[in-house]
Amino acid sequence: MNPLAVIGRLFLSFLVAIGDLTLFAGRAIVQGVSGPYYPRAILRQMIDIGYYSLPVVGLTAIFTGMVLALQSHTGFSRFEAQSAVATIVVLSMTRELGPVLAGLMVAGRVGASMAAEIGTMRVTEQIDALTTLSTDPFKYLVWPRLIAGLLMLPLLVIVADIIGVFGGYIVGTYKLGFGPHEYINNTFEFLETQDVVSGLVKAAVFGFLVALMGCYQGYHSEGGAQGVGAATTKAVVSASILILTANYVVTELFFSR
Amino acid sequence: MSERPIKIRIRDLHKSFGAKQVLDGIDLDVAEGESVVVIGGSGTGKSVLLKCVLGLIEPDRGSILVNGQEVVGLGRRAREQVMQKFGMLFQNAALFDSLPVWENVAFGLLNVKRIGRSEAKERAIETLGQVGLGADVADLWPAELSGGMRKRVGLARAIATQPEILFFDEPTTGLDPIMADVINDLIARSVRQLGATAISITHDMASARKIADRIAMLYQGRIIWQGPVAHIDHSGNPYVEQFIHGRGEGPIKLDVRAA
Repeated sequence: MNPLAVIGRLFLSFLVAIGDLTLFAGRAIVQGVSGPYYPRAILRQMIDIGYYSLPVVGLTAIFTGMVLALQSHTGFSRFEAQSAVATIVVLSMTRELGPVLAGLMVAGRVGASMAAEIGTMRVTEQIDALTTLSTDPFKYLVWPRLIAGLLMLPLLVIVADIIGVFGGYIVGTYKLGFGPHEYINNTFEFLETQDVVSGLVKAAVFGFLVALMGCYQGYHSEGGAQGVGAATTKAVVSASILILTANYVVTELFFSR
Repeated sequence: MSERPIKIRIRDLHKSFGAKQVLDGIDLDVAEGESVVVIGGSGTGKSVLLKCVLGLIEPDRGSILVNGQEVVGLGRRAREQVMQKFGMLFQNAALFDSLPVWENVAFGLLNVKRIGRSEAKERAIETLGQVGLGADVADLWPAELSGGMRKRVGLARAIATQPEILFFDEPTTGLDPIMADVINDLIARSVRQLGATAISITHDMASARKIADRIAMLYQGRIIWQGPVAHIDHSGNPYVEQFIHGRGEGPIKLDVRAA
């Protein structure tokens, strides 16, 4: 087999997949915006993505904040810069780790569940049933999940930021010898609005991507239980890769001079 | 053919999947208020035929008129309007797992006709009563129902909006003979009460005899025989004879390979 042909075929498949995903997202947005709306479906998704993800995101954030404090203290003590620990923790959490880790956790929890639910609906003809009931699946299934992902991940990230900083505070004050006031002052001294806003914008983008990949993979699943399983795996993997890619793009947009 | 106006007219319908020609020029008329059952073996394209009429599958060519309106190639909004005329019972009921039984039944009332939840629930319970299910079933989840109950709930959902046209996809598959007969009776009664036009697809001859005014047989993508249900036993068509008597020998050759 000609290796160039294989590479070419893979590249063409990649382009087809990108085009298909773009058309899917476009259709979801156009159909969703044009109504009718399903507020109960949106609310249900907001609770599922926001409320039920709080424990996993909170746990991830607190241990990340604690580890950050420990690691940065170990590193900075080599050149007598321990006072930067609080600043490092808050900037890392708000700019990067809060949104990225929350995004990855939600991709694992919610993206997988969306793909499994919609995939099961696909293979059990529930999506066809929606159509026969004069209901557009994009309006009823996809749009509420996209909106909920877009809105709820920033709220989760706000919580993650606060809990992460609190984790750093606990390690800083109880283990590393910082005074409570000193640590809190250091936390806010160099924090700028843009640091928080960039993290929230990232979170909104990640939330949209997680929901999009969950819906897209679930909607196109076929072949019964095995197909739904494959869709779930693809949803998590593709959402995680897109989160890391989008993270660089948004960071570049916000902070490159 | 009756003198009633034609509700659904299908002409020269073709559909293939890759090299496999599933529908190969279907012509079928269904009169208003008539119940037509399409019979045929597995994989002969019965479900594809229904899905083409419902717009779930786009045919390669041909025409489907519903109330005189061409529905092949309809846009989404126009399709949603047309779909309000239809009710469909799927093979495995296709109930929405995430909604309780009453919301499944009232789905069209809540989300399309946009009536209030309390009124919708009342009407759902009333419709469940029409298919022999009590009000206590209304708050159960689909996962808590038996196969027969799921079919009844699916039937209740199909008739809840009082559609003009009802489709039944293998309504008795997977049911014991007694429950199958109950479902057949419910289907026949629902169609009669609504005055609806019905197309059912099945390979269950007991079901076909019970719910059909007219039977059409699909084989290799074409309607090879159609006529009143009373004529099915004297069709004179060897394919129909073999099918209705379930004989292994005859002109219908199954693609069975030795293990």
